Amino acid sequence: MPIVNRLCRLGRQIYGRRTFSTQTAAMKRMNLVSAINNALQIALESNPRSYVFGEDVSFGGVFRCTTGLADKFGKHRVFNTPLCEQGIVGFGIGLAAMGNIAIAEIQFADYIYPAFDQIVNEAAKFRYRSGNQFNCGGLTIRTPYGAVGHGGHYHSQSPEAFFCHVPGIKVVIPRGPSQAKGLLLASIWDPNPVVFFEPKWLYRQAVENVPEDDYILPLSQAEVICTGTDLTVVGWGAQMAILHQACSEGRQAGISCELIDLQTLIPWDKETIEASVKKTGRLLVSHEAPITGGFGAEIAASIAERCFLHLEAPVSRVCGLDTPFPLVFEPYYMPTKNKVLEAIKASVRF
Amino acid sequence: MAPSISTFRRAICTRVNASRFLASPSPFRNFSSSTEDSTPFTVDIAVPFKGHKIEPPPQVVETSAKELMTFFKDMSRMRRMEIASDQLYKSKLIRGFCHLYDGQEAVCIGMEAALTREDNIITAYRDHCTYLGRGGTLPEVFSELMGRKDGCTLGKGGSMHFYKKENGFYGGHGIVGAQIPLGVGLAFAQKYEKMKAATFLLYGDGAANQGQLFEALNMAALWDLPAVYVCENNHYGMGTAEWRAAKCPEYYKRGDYVPGLKVDGMDALAVKQAVRFAKEHALSKGPIMLEMDTYRYHGHSMSDPGSTYRTRDEISGVRQERDPIERIRKLILFKEIATVSDLKNIEKEVKKEVEDAVAKAKESSPPDASELFSNVYVKGYGSQVFGCDRKHSTATLS
Repeated sequence: MPIVNRLCRLGRQIYGRRTFSTQTAAMKRMNLVSAINNALQIALESNPRSYVFGEDVSFGGVFRCTTGLADKFGKHRVFNTPLCEQGIVGFGIGLAAMGNIAIAEIQFADYIYPAFDQIVNEAAKFRYRSGNQFNCGGLTIRTPYGAVGHGGHYHSQSPEAFFCHVPGIKVVIPRGPSQAKGLLLASIWDPNPVVFFEPKWLYRQAVENVPEDDYILPLSQAEVICTGTDLTVVGWGAQMAILHQACSEGRQAGISCELIDLQTLIPWDKETIEASVKKTGRLLVSHEAPITGGFGAEIAASIAERCFLHLEAPVSRVCGLDTPFPLVFEPYYMPTKNKVLEAIKASVRF
Repeated sequence: MAPSISTFRRAICTRVNASRFLASPSPFRNFSSSTEDSTPFTVDIAVPFKGHKIEPPPQVVETSAKELMTFFKDMSRMRRMEIASDQLYKSKLIRGFCHLYDGQEAVCIGMEAALTREDNIITAYRDHCTYLGRGGTLPEVFSELMGRKDGCTLGKGGSMHFYKKENGFYGGHGIVGAQIPLGVGLAFAQKYEKMKAATFLLYGDGAANQGQLFEALNMAALWDLPAVYVCENNHYGMGTAEWRAAKCPEYYKRGDYVPGLKVDGMDALAVKQAVRFAKEHALSKGPIMLEMDTYRYHGHSMSDPGSTYRTRDEISGVRQERDPIERIRKLILFKEIATVSDLKNIEKEVKKEVEDAVAKAKESSPPDASELFSNVYVKGYGSQVFGCDRKHSTATLS
């Protein structure tokens, strides 16, 4: 038997979960919604004690991510909750504490704040303060985040930075359908509570071939999407598409960018970013959330500390502005491709 | 045995005569002055109030011809405005979110009839008509919806964020339930300043399950604040029917130790009676909870067809049996305050008003780019924001 297969089987025995498939998997064209739906189906099939719940998930959810699940798995496993985010997350923590897989949906990340206390004070600290007697590792909170073109103040926010400040939980953000499926399954099986942000702008826009079988992508591992030598560009989620465009245009201007998708924000893959910055000597971080206190600040400070002597230019951040997410002014607020390109050129010219 | 021809003919004639009598002006009554008549008369409220730990108000309410005509015109204006907003949204002049209030007009009209501008109203995002009721104008509404600078919130808020401070309208909130503790704070301020005024906190059947409502209710009851909780129960929280979201969908009872009243929210006069009663209670004894049994014809928002979780028969049934404007129309005709053609003329007037307002709003320009940074903090605070290179594009947050 080939050694790879033997290793895979060993992996399965150790971790009890399917690792990345080595056989040529059947692929299917899916958008982000279908990929997430697929992942949830696999999760519900694999573990009879897994549950999907949230506002309006039963009929399929406002973005259709949970279509068909209630019909297939029953209303006692895929069910609606009343309009109470704090209740939803608290309830999920309790369910997970009894050893179940609780996949809670918060309808928009903008609505997650009533649940902030539960996430920060209960979920993140449960294992720690009970001396490992209890944990809510089976909890995964999924929520759509980010700009959508016309969302305004309360349907466009990127609150990931608030959660990155909390030891005890993980924050994961995919950039597309195949990453979303793998990362969501990884988050669900991860024995720690995870907040999973889904870029709502890409729900229908991002379409690609996604493996149909069960697979996970490792958490806390950044992915280098294109290699380069002049500048390291780091981002996550929907912003990756913008950064990709900016890097292509940069390449035409003679700048070779190394583009990295962070994927897991906490705990984040310092090694990959460091290795890249040591090679290129320049770093640019970009995210939709407002610049002050955004997660880009953590990356910038950390890299400045660890790679100071390798840096040829100050760490650059191209982010949302320090205002509430505006309605008509959204195009001004967003870290657009042109803003990123300007920053890339400025960094290289430094 | 078939009725005789003469009986049959008499029956038709009587019915035709009756409708003719109602339709045409009597030679003995001068209709034009009667529409301005403020002489009070009483009207029975059809659907009985239901009280929770309180004796309901009487089932009769005082009104006048003038008031009924005002109700009719104002509600028609609100209805037209919402229909126009629907069309503007479909032609992409309004973007973002748009939650329409048509069907529920009786709630805000009845409230305004019983309140003054000293009273405060605070609501969630379905606020176009509430804003109009609080003295907003149609051009301000349409400008705001289209994100233009002549809008009530300078074009920065959009559909969900209408405000009018001078008339006691505190908005216009996106997060459901979040406006309730705010409203209790407003009531506290009113009591502290010894204003003979109350705060009316509007929320929906979906938000009725939010914890913060009950936290704030406890505070209001403990301190006897003039806060009136008004649940606009249109029976669907987005797409979820009330019985699937709440163990106790009798929202007027949810105050437990706070008395409550259930009101037919499609009857503007019942709403007026209940709101007046509630205000008196709030000013003398403390908080009270009202449940307005109402209905929205549109879906939750413009992205929701509104027919996947309820039948079209249900919607048309409510429109036929309980429409608030039709109710007032029938009452006006029955009391012979105006004719069918008078009322049709009013509707035409209102339609023109709305069309003119839309045209005016379309001419307004979007807000200046510097407004992106204004009102984040107090003006003159001086905090800086930077463009991507930290050198060229900087602006001061004001």
